[in-house]
Amino acid sequence: MTRADAAAPAAPTGRGTELVLTTFAVLIAMLAYAAVGLAVDGRLPSGIVGYGLGLGVLFLAAHLVVRSVAPYADPLLLPCVALLNGLGLVVIRRLDFAAAERAAQFGRSIPSGEAPRQLVWTAVGVLAFAAVLLLVRDHTRLQRYTYTAAALGLVLLLLPALPVLGQTINGARLWIRVGPMTVQPSEPAKLLLILFFAGYLVAKRDVLSLASRRVLGLDLPRGRDLGPVLLAWAASLAVLIRGKDLGSSLLFFAIFVVMLYIATERTSWLVIGIGLFAGGAFTAYHLFAHVRRRVDTWLDPFADPERSGFQLVQSLFGFGTGGVTGTGLGEGRPGTVPFASTDFIMAAIGEELGLVGVMAVLLIFALIVERGLRAALSCRDSFGKLLAAGLAFALGLQVFVIVGGVTGLIPLTGVTLPWLSYGGSSIVANWALIALLLRISDAARRPAPAPVTPELARAALSSAETQIVRRPKAEGDTR
Amino acid sequence: MNRPLRRVALGCLVLFGLLLLNVNYVQVVKASDYRDNPSNSRVLLRTYERERGPIAVLGPDGVAREVLAASTRTEGPLTFLRTYPGGPAYAHVTGYYSLVYGRTGIERSQDRVLSGEDDRLFVRRLSDYVTGREPSGGGVLLTLDPAAQQAAVQGLGSNRGAVVALDPRSGAVLAMASNPSYDPSKLSSFEPAMIRSYYEQLLQAPDDPLINRAISKTYPPGSTFKVVTAAAALREGGTTAETPVPSPPTLDLPQTSTDLQNFGGGTCGGDPISLANALRISCNTAFAALGLRVGEQALREQAEAFGFNNDDLSVPTTVATSVFPSDIAPPSLAQSAIGQFEVQVTPLQMAMVAAGIANNGQVMKPYLVREVQAPDLSRLDLAEPEVYKRAVDPRVAAELTKMMQLVVAEGSGVRAQIPGLSVAGKTGTAQHAPGRPPHAWFIGFAPAEDPRVAVAVVIEDGGSLGSEATGGALSAPIARDVMRAVLRR
Repeated sequence: MTRADAAAPAAPTGRGTELVLTTFAVLIAMLAYAAVGLAVDGRLPSGIVGYGLGLGVLFLAAHLVVRSVAPYADPLLLPCVALLNGLGLVVIRRLDFAAAERAAQFGRSIPSGEAPRQLVWTAVGVLAFAAVLLLVRDHTRLQRYTYTAAALGLVLLLLPALPVLGQTINGARLWIRVGPMTVQPSEPAKLLLILFFAGYLVAKRDVLSLASRRVLGLDLPRGRDLGPVLLAWAASLAVLIRGKDLGSSLLFFAIFVVMLYIATERTSWLVIGIGLFAGGAFTAYHLFAHVRRRVDTWLDPFADPERSGFQLVQSLFGFGTGGVTGTGLGEGRPGTVPFASTDFIMAAIGEELGLVGVMAVLLIFALIVERGLRAALSCRDSFGKLLAAGLAFALGLQVFVIVGGVTGLIPLTGVTLPWLSYGGSSIVANWALIALLLRISDAARRPAPAPVTPELARAALSSAETQIVRRPKAEGDTR
Repeated sequence: MNRPLRRVALGCLVLFGLLLLNVNYVQVVKASDYRDNPSNSRVLLRTYERERGPIAVLGPDGVAREVLAASTRTEGPLTFLRTYPGGPAYAHVTGYYSLVYGRTGIERSQDRVLSGEDDRLFVRRLSDYVTGREPSGGGVLLTLDPAAQQAAVQGLGSNRGAVVALDPRSGAVLAMASNPSYDPSKLSSFEPAMIRSYYEQLLQAPDDPLINRAISKTYPPGSTFKVVTAAAALREGGTTAETPVPSPPTLDLPQTSTDLQNFGGGTCGGDPISLANALRISCNTAFAALGLRVGEQALREQAEAFGFNNDDLSVPTTVATSVFPSDIAPPSLAQSAIGQFEVQVTPLQMAMVAAGIANNGQVMKPYLVREVQAPDLSRLDLAEPEVYKRAVDPRVAAELTKMMQLVVAEGSGVRAQIPGLSVAGKTGTAQHAPGRPPHAWFIGFAPAEDPRVAVAVVIEDGGSLGSEATGGALSAPIARDVMRAVLRR
């Protein structure tokens, strides 16, 4: 603070705002948690103090880390994420109540809840967040690890396909078993691949933006430069076929194409990407039964509401039951939706918090995405720009894919809703993601270091003593 | 790189805009479709969260209530459990209220009242909402007379069959019993597995215990239909109970080589005999000939004037349509005139025939719900009797009453006699399948001079008497006991 204050009146850090807003986010989560307890049991839930303290301490720690090592970072990102994470915990706790109720009804033993584990994962996530901010003091240095990230990312993506390690859950082979828990490596792989794309594209953007000829107003790239995009396309299809993971496949390919477009400023890459996607989607629809089933279910979920359409139909019932204002936390029956705490957590929010709650959550996500893109816009180096854009776009697209899926806007593909869905890999990876965005926004918003040149020093000295003559600004100087 | 970045930012906004538009569509435009979709399990679960109103009848003193179905609070997640203190005796009237199989009977037809959603409970709902009181459903008070219902159930015993008793003056259903029955509590428990196995067992049972034989099953009416044929004949000017009618030992059916015979193959004690006498001894040939004389159209119109061929009767549980066929050849017309061929009736329909004659020719609309009550059991709505059909004019009704009194006094229905009271009635023994024992019927009303109860009884397949069964032997005593219960004699 001190140096910046002394140098100029500008450059507020916004850390105070961040602290106030984060506190506010924790308060909202605690009130929501109290509402769940009051609705379900008629009393304040037993763990409310520990839960509130836990969240408060975690997010305060996150704030302190930002304050010390990224003081100029965007002050809205952390509170938004804290609010989503806190709300997610509340909804997951609420679904634990529903699961316990159902177990009691059918005389089964009451399952241990998911919420405590999610709280632990949140702590791990905040640790990862702090670690990224503390270790990566200058994001441009990450560019060195471009190919390391690529290798690591690919290994992570391939792990679930391995025979012993890989786990097939609900028909998709996305998980690996590590000791007592299962990990979904595609989440950290997403980060690593975005890192790789940014580093790779910054290095190659000049070549990739060379045009060979102009067709219908588009500057088409040279044929031999099509290699990388074709490779990404093939890799996406491989993920789709091998792991039956529609969501990740779409996500990776779209992220790559959009980053390619940003790096080269060539619309032709977007057109080529969309063409390849359409071709791939068309082929996949005709070749693979599981893809066809998804699309058919999307077109008419009520054709077979008990089997193939079951998930989507139950999800729509949840949203419809909620209506505009929702049933209120703890007053609905979100437990009837399958996978309510993971992929379908938005249906639970839609039922109990209603359209109002869903729109609020979507707007918070939109805010995070747009603030991330703003960091990219104002970032001074190409690598940081591209990395921030990739991360923010990935986040936005992931929200679109899963929320669009569970509301019937697009075919349903299983990806998690960042910070809200239950699941350790997702929450840790997304906390690391937001740490990277904060790092870049810190660099972007940090006032440019005052150039210490002899002329400037002299000017400062002279202006201190003598009359100040301000020259009118020339027209050309505004740029 | 800033130009594509701005475009990507715009693109992301468009994506979020699409999401926002779509959730508005799902949660506002389509919301009620999804919320009330029958396969949305919340619809049913929600109904278990509020106290469902009771179904009750007035006890013998006319003041105290006997509860047939009630909701009791439990500790489980489905708060209110439906129990049936009325048990199997009232099962077909109350119906069941099942997690798995939905609801039937009054539980179904009065669902909006019982669940508290009926418009008549609107003010109450509003005040519940404002005061935060837990909403609860309204009550339904039935017209059934517990003593009559008891007599009907006891009378049926282990025989398959049904009994319906009506108040001919109002149409109020005083008794509605169907045997065999089932335990509605077992279908309304919170154990889906138990519910399913019990329901499957009921479905597999050969004698269809789930069917309400009184209103959901149709039978050939046999000789009880002769009352309708007689009514059609009496409508013609100048015909009275004393008018002689041809009554040959066998009737040559036109267009066929077969003859129509009397029950047991005997004569009718002369030819011709009076119409009253023909009814008293249930002379087949006389009524078949009468049917041929009045013709298909007149006979069908008379049947329809009693309520046949009407497919929208509900009490308020839906009643199966009783059928008098159309476009029938003369031999079949002769068969139809004595309640055979394709004539099919519900026991309720035959009770309505008796009640119509008892009520000077006016058939009152039968109803089961006497009162709709608020949760505090204050009266919200009282049933008002309605005229359903004008079956015959008072003169014909009087002639028919006279003839039916003769049936009970010295004819096939003597076992329906009540000491000190004149009873009107008609027996029936309906053939329905070759080699199977007949259905035994009785319809009647009492007291003949000032009728207060009309009744119809059917016992399937001759009941305990098998092929020896007749309506007079088997069904008349049951009808008598039910009438005595109503009249407290």
